[in-house]
Amino acid sequence: MAKVPVQFTLNGAEKAEFIDSGTTLLHALRDKIGDTSPKGGCHQGTCGACSVIIDGELRLSCLTLAETCNGAAITTTSGLSKGGVLHPLQRAFLDAFATQCGFCTPGMIMAAKVLLDQTPNPSRDEVVEALSGNICRCTGYEPIIQAVLTAARSNSQNAA
Amino acid sequence: MALALQTFSTVKDANAALKSAGTRYLGGGTLVLRAANEGDVSVSSLIRATEPSLSAITVSGSDVRIGASVTMAAIARHPDLAPLAHAARAVGGPAIRNMATVGGNLFAPAPYGDFTVALLALDATVSIDGGEMPIETFLAERESNHAIVTAVGFTLQVDGGFRFLKVSRVKPKGVSVLSIAAMLEQAPDGTVSSARIGLGCMADRPMRAKAAEKALLGRKLTSSGIAPALAAAGDGSAPITDPIASAWYRNEVLPVHLGRLLLA
Ligand SMILES: Cc1cc2nc3c(=O)[nH]c(=O)nc-3n(C[C@H](O)[C@H](O)[C@H](O)COP(=O)(O)OP(=O)(O)OC[C@H]3O[C@@H](n4cnc5c(N)ncnc54)[C@H](O)[C@@H]3O)c2cc1C
Ligand code: FES
Ligand code: FES
Repeated sequence: MAKVPVQFTLNGAEKAEFIDSGTTLLHALRDKIGDTSPKGGCHQGTCGACSVIIDGELRLSCLTLAETCNGAAITTTSGLSKGGVLHPLQRAFLDAFATQCGFCTPGMIMAAKVLLDQTPNPSRDEVVEALSGNICRCTGYEPIIQAVLTAARSNSQNAA
Repeated sequence: MALALQTFSTVKDANAALKSAGTRYLGGGTLVLRAANEGDVSVSSLIRATEPSLSAITVSGSDVRIGASVTMAAIARHPDLAPLAHAARAVGGPAIRNMATVGGNLFAPAPYGDFTVALLALDATVSIDGGEMPIETFLAERESNHAIVTAVGFTLQVDGGFRFLKVSRVKPKGVSVLSIAAMLEQAPDGTVSSARIGLGCMADRPMRAKAAEKALLGRKLTSSGIAPALAAAGDGSAPITDPIASAWYRNEVLPVHLGRLLLA
């Protein structure tokens, strides 16, 4: 089958690839472009491990066709640290033991990032709602919720 | 078999392409790509249309028109659609709502289709191929539809009357045990003068609770006033059985939840 071109920015860098039509964004990111931070858990939209941010919105890369992302700005967890310094959310997840096996972590961090970008000081309920599409089988969720609240506090301290 | 996507800038061209065998329309993809990932090989080609009108929400007075590609997230945040925000937020988690479209929800099999339950209570019209049809007719015939739904239209009174409830076991996001929407008008003395009730999960697709609607007319929204409507709530239903609940359970709890919605 003829390949189709896709072109978008990934964590600020221009990417252009030829892919098979019908390739999911998850597959394109992991197996063509080499960004393995989005994880393939269920490929059914239920686990959230493949979450990425497309033009500022949280999306499931397993249910998104790569060719529908032409011209988009895509953010993944691998783009968050800058110059070897972890993003406040990544720092907070480590400090709060919010990551155990780590499989859900990149998706959780994407969901949390969208929340904090839009609501810098969320309530606990808002955090729970924002993470409600992401499943974690290890932590019992509480450390993740605390990590997001801690990151929000450290963001607002840095801004003050 | 591999999937291929064809994108058209007009609904007309996309409709023409949809006539070929093995093609299916791609909305937000939350059901259609899920099926493909699971190994559904009945579809070899996905068609989408990018015509801007498909993504438009127009509100003029109480008349609302929502393009088929509008997402649940866009409805939930639209200031003029505040009475519907709750129903739009009932669909999936945040990422699903950024993807799930109104058009796709009209085709979602039970236990899905929560927003369509709301549209049933609003007595929406569904626009297809230049024509319009009542949502009930559309739902009854949806398997035989091969044309693109372009929009849904309805009237939405600002002063209320619309109620929605989704019952799920997992909070805040979970698949429906059932969902109920009601559009009620009351006379000055408080008696119900018009009622439309939509139910989700009480059949293979959203349905109207016609017997309960009839039993509400002329009654007040009190426990004794609504009793006949609750007794008739499940008339004509054939609830689904799935891992969330059995048909028996859904039948048992429907009057309880309908009662809560009506008395709220
Ligand atoms: C994890 C998860 C949770 C979910 N939770 C819920 C929930 O709580 N409530 C709920 O109601 N649903 C839920 N869903 C189901 C689904 O996301 C929604 O019903 C959604 O609205 C479907 O829309 P879509 O645009 O993604 O549909 P698609 O997958 O794009 O399409 C679904 C079907 O409709 C057809 N179609 C789509 N648009 C049109 C159109 N304009 N014209 C003609 N045909 C069209 C497609 O060809 C396809 O057959 C969930 C799904 C997942 C994966
Ligand atoms: S892999 Fe996409 S939601 Fe699970
Ligand atoms: S840390 Fe293992 S799934 Fe969340």
